[in-house]
Amino acid sequence: MGHLLRSVFEPGFFGSGPVHVAFAVGTVIAITSAVVGVFTVTRGQSFAGHSLADIATTGGSGAFLVGINQFWGYLAFGAGAAAFMEMIGVQRRRGRDVATGVVLGAALGLAALFLYLGTQESSTTGASFTILFGSMFVLTPSTVPTLIVSALLALATVLMLARMLLLSSLSPDIAAARGVPVRAVGAAFLMALAVSVALSAVIIGAVLSTALLIGPAATALRVVKGPVRAAATAAGIGVLATWLGILLAYDSFYWPPAGRGWPVSFFVVALVVGSYLVTYLRPRQRQVTTQESPDPEHACSVA
Amino acid sequence: MFSGLMLNTWIASTAVAVIAGVMGFFAVLRGSTFAAHAIPNGAFAGAAGATLLGFNPFAGLAVFSVAGALGIAGLSRRARNDVATALTFVLMLGIGALFVSWSTEYAQEAYSLLFGEVFGVASDEVLPIVALGVVSVAAIAVLFRPLMLSSALPEVAEARGIRAPRMDLAFLLIMALATSMTVPVVGALLMFSLMIGPSAAARSLTARPVLAMALSVGIALVTVWTGIVVSYQTNWPLGFFVGIMGAGFFLLGRAYAAVRRRMASIAWPSVTQSR
Repeated sequence: MGHLLRSVFEPGFFGSGPVHVAFAVGTVIAITSAVVGVFTVTRGQSFAGHSLADIATTGGSGAFLVGINQFWGYLAFGAGAAAFMEMIGVQRRRGRDVATGVVLGAALGLAALFLYLGTQESSTTGASFTILFGSMFVLTPSTVPTLIVSALLALATVLMLARMLLLSSLSPDIAAARGVPVRAVGAAFLMALAVSVALSAVIIGAVLSTALLIGPAATALRVVKGPVRAAATAAGIGVLATWLGILLAYDSFYWPPAGRGWPVSFFVVALVVGSYLVTYLRPRQRQVTTQESPDPEHACSVA
Repeated sequence: MFSGLMLNTWIASTAVAVIAGVMGFFAVLRGSTFAAHAIPNGAFAGAAGATLLGFNPFAGLAVFSVAGALGIAGLSRRARNDVATALTFVLMLGIGALFVSWSTEYAQEAYSLLFGEVFGVASDEVLPIVALGVVSVAAIAVLFRPLMLSSALPEVAEARGIRAPRMDLAFLLIMALATSMTVPVVGALLMFSLMIGPSAAARSLTARPVLAMALSVGIALVTVWTGIVVSYQTNWPLGFFVGIMGAGFFLLGRAYAAVRRRMASIAWPSVTQSR
């Protein structure tokens, strides 16, 4: 038994400082992303969620250039882009996607410039890679409290708005008739989304941040009914995938071919997408029941 | 600026702008903006894998972009389109991260795949790009009517026997074909900016499809040409100019549309009031 345990948890796993930090921050990020993700998927804003992560990395490279902590760059650009999207965004979904795309295109242009200027000055080609894919094991402990506090703020905002958000996602007209400020609620949600995505982009890179936002939420919405249960399930899946991913990445240090360890992002993405695909194995019963109880994942596709 | 090597740049970028203008028009019309972002970016993982295994990066790009198109179309049948796109995309990029971590000197090449190397187009790259541009524009021309119908009036298309999932797959495959060739030249990020900005601007200028498509190609060409000139002079990356100009044209188009709407509502208040 002890031998088996040792082969799963490589020696030194529980004693390693970077692993502790990665676990603590990863858990908070996974929970926040999953809960925010449930609303993101229900509202059909996956593209906005991904774009905000990409745009935040533009801010990251800008901050890298100016020489301040990247976290502030991520946050400033994420929040700015969210405000801009909301401003030019049409309320129809197609128009919203186009507005998102235009903002993303401009931000990516800026990213190219920042990275170019950055490499002019200090010749660090690795920077673009870190910004895109991130690395959980090189977190500086001093940024951890800021990260955790902002994550909890974003989570609290979404939880406070939960009822109004759900109503305005499922039926904007009914929500407006009941006196819900649909536009303001949407803007507040986009801000919370920007903060939570910027956070996870700091830690795990823009790629993985999207995976943790959409994957667990989409899986949960296919498996369970009701927003509260979906959020709880999504948080569970997200945390589990993050923990397993960190563990596997730590174990993979001696794996072929490179002997440098496989990236955490790969493991977490594989686990998250895998868990989503598993839901496809269930026999298809929806055909019959669509009429009376629409699948929450499709609930607002008409709007 | 018009010497031998730059001539390749001009030809290749013109071909890319035409492809981007045509594909972007449909991407904006169909609301497939996310797919337009995901396929070129995800294909980058394929290039990383091909380099690692010692194959031609083009092969890797082609395999991954087609796999991405199939994945998005396949998952979309039973899930929301944006969720399917997001999951396919992150899976491709996750695999890309793995490939990049395995190889030792990939960082520089990854940068050029994302941001492009317009000023380093080799002579033997020009012909494939132009040929592929012709093929994908021809494919769009052949499918123009059904694609237009299923994008603008999905119910009517369905009634006429045009299957929406099949049209979606065809469109994504053409997109995959177009991007596998353009990404090494202009980079994944620039290709995306070039597809969305000009087409979105064109859409707000006119509602007539053929005119909008021509306008979108025209704006894309102006954007790329101006970008190349300015980038050549300043040495700043082309992606920056294309991204900013795309957004600028979009905002101009929106402003024009808003002004026109206001003029119309002054001229015929009763007609436009119901909007």
